[in-house]
Amino acid sequence: MLGYVVKRFGSMLVMLAGLSVMVFLLFSVLPADPARLTCGKTCTPDVVEANRQRLGLDKPLVEQYAVWAKGIVAGRTFNEGQGAAEFTCPAPCLGYSFSQQENVTDLITEAVPVTIWLAAGAFVLWMTFGLTTGVIAALNRGRWPDVVLQGISLVAYSLPSFFVGLMLLILLIVQMSLLPYPDYYPPSEDLKKFLVTMVLPWVTVAFTSAAFYTRLTRTQMVETMGEDYIRTARAKGLAERTVTVKHALRAGLTPIVTAAGLDLGILLGGAIITEQIFNLPGMGRLAVESVVDSDLPVITGITLVAATFIIVANFVVDMLYMVIDPRVRLA
Amino acid sequence: MSDVQPATASRSPYLELRDLKVSFATEDGLVRAADGVSFSLERGKTLAIVGESGSGKSVTSQAIMGLHPKRSAQITGEVLVDGTDIVSASEETVRSMRGRNMAMIFQDPLSSLHPFYTVGAQLIEAVQAHGEVSKSEARQRAIAMLDRVGIPNAARRVEEYPHQFSGGMRQRVMIAMALINNPDLVIADEPTTALDVTVQAQILDVLRDLQGEFQMAILLITHDLGVVAETADDVVVMYGGRVVERGPVNEIFTRPRMPYTWGLMSSVPNLTDPRGTRLTPIPGQPPSLINLPTGCVFRPRCQFSAHVEDAWCDTKRPDLEPVGPRHDARCFLSVSQMAALAPRRADGEEVA
Repeated sequence: MLGYVVKRFGSMLVMLAGLSVMVFLLFSVLPADPARLTCGKTCTPDVVEANRQRLGLDKPLVEQYAVWAKGIVAGRTFNEGQGAAEFTCPAPCLGYSFSQQENVTDLITEAVPVTIWLAAGAFVLWMTFGLTTGVIAALNRGRWPDVVLQGISLVAYSLPSFFVGLMLLILLIVQMSLLPYPDYYPPSEDLKKFLVTMVLPWVTVAFTSAAFYTRLTRTQMVETMGEDYIRTARAKGLAERTVTVKHALRAGLTPIVTAAGLDLGILLGGAIITEQIFNLPGMGRLAVESVVDSDLPVITGITLVAATFIIVANFVVDMLYMVIDPRVRLA
Repeated sequence: MSDVQPATASRSPYLELRDLKVSFATEDGLVRAADGVSFSLERGKTLAIVGESGSGKSVTSQAIMGLHPKRSAQITGEVLVDGTDIVSASEETVRSMRGRNMAMIFQDPLSSLHPFYTVGAQLIEAVQAHGEVSKSEARQRAIAMLDRVGIPNAARRVEEYPHQFSGGMRQRVMIAMALINNPDLVIADEPTTALDVTVQAQILDVLRDLQGEFQMAILLITHDLGVVAETADDVVVMYGGRVVERGPVNEIFTRPRMPYTWGLMSSVPNLTDPRGTRLTPIPGQPPSLINLPTGCVFRPRCQFSAHVEDAWCDTKRPDLEPVGPRHDARCFLSVSQMAALAPRRADGEEVA
């Protein structure tokens, strides 16, 4: 079991290293010239060329990657011994954004908590709602609660988040004025404003996801409720609620945990549309801004962080399998 | 017609089925899985139900446990367990009786045990479902029961998962789980089918020992006539959802009176038969429970219907009639015809 954990952890590290190569290559194949982006509209070819040398962009790709990767692990100093103003970028250094005049790591560390709050709240909402409705639908298979829930979830699943988000914004904020316009404050600064701002983004993200989990949970429950060990549980005289939750739901949890882990991992990389609609300064909005500005260091930084979330989520899901299914522990 | 027949007049039976009918509505029509099943069983005795797949034995046993979903199964008649009618009792009453009054051992112990919980956890929750018992006390009882059914190192193995047990040990776990609340009736649904022959014998020994100790009634569902001969006191033969013959095991094995039972007996190999003797399978297929044949349900596969006057077999359903001491059969043949037509072994004895 410990061997499996170590092996799985090792393969995660290998994947992260491979990932960094991919992301770096992405940086170099993009049509924008990073040297051109270091100065404004008044740039002369001489300045661009000087900056290119200063940033080491004239060196071979392998060397550039080494410098970049070393920066992530050990930090790096820009303009070192080149006459211009030196500045440091402590580890993990993901580069320096010339258009925003800030370290990429700082930009991301500011944005990540917003996205984490968004993802965490939405996750709790959609899992609670999805699991509950899925179990209800499965236990009433073929009868009206099932039909109604299946219908609603199909519609909800079909609605894109930009539609749901905009509708909520227009109806509840613009027309009915039930909520103020979104204005993000961290919960430590102003909890009430935080909650008032976050409630609609949470609902928006959770809405479509919950529908998926309703259907997934229903399918799983319908399947496990037909298993022999459910009959055994009933034959022992267990209460029906124990049979349903402790035996049937637990047995059908594996695919739900898989999907939930990956969904959460993806969401932590930024909910681009929802953050844009509700003006949340999270990873998604930072990503959009940096793409619009062709801010390459930020784009690569966000890509790396988002992909890391997914790889880590995968790892966590694999570890959870062992918690859920004892048969995996021995394999 | 009364199908009720106490095994002995002196004691009232622990389990009594009176005209039990279970049917399921399907898209193809109404499936009459059990159609007028009656028999009784008292404490300390073993009753075997034999029959082909689809004869209604498992449906009957699940009706005794009250395990048929009320939504899909239509159940009429009476199932009296210790005087309480399972068919009409409330869901909560039946639930509280399950595991305590009647318990069940299922066929495939691997799929019948939850793969994600330890054997101990599954035994403990069975104990705690019937009364306020502390976890440590329930655990002690679980270990004692595992030990009692012959699992070595019970105190250690109680922490293990079902997949860490062998097939025979798993079935012992199932038996421990069924018996942990001292039920008076244990239904064993083909308890040895998934096991190899030596393990089968061990499992049957365990059951027999425990019956001697706890005096519970055992309802043994099987299609293995060898197991029946070894363990049962009484036998009920089912075909097409109904009881076609019932009686004490000796009677059924030495003087089977119904052509279907003859067919069952002659489809089993016998060591005393001369070498080269061929087994005689029963021709044809079991009947569709949606579209039962008119007349006697066994008629399409019966070679003896010509002996019955006025082609009754084609038009009328025979009743379960007495054919010997505590022995009933559902056949239009007269008792003397039965005796004359019963298949014989090479040595001239009736099939045994």
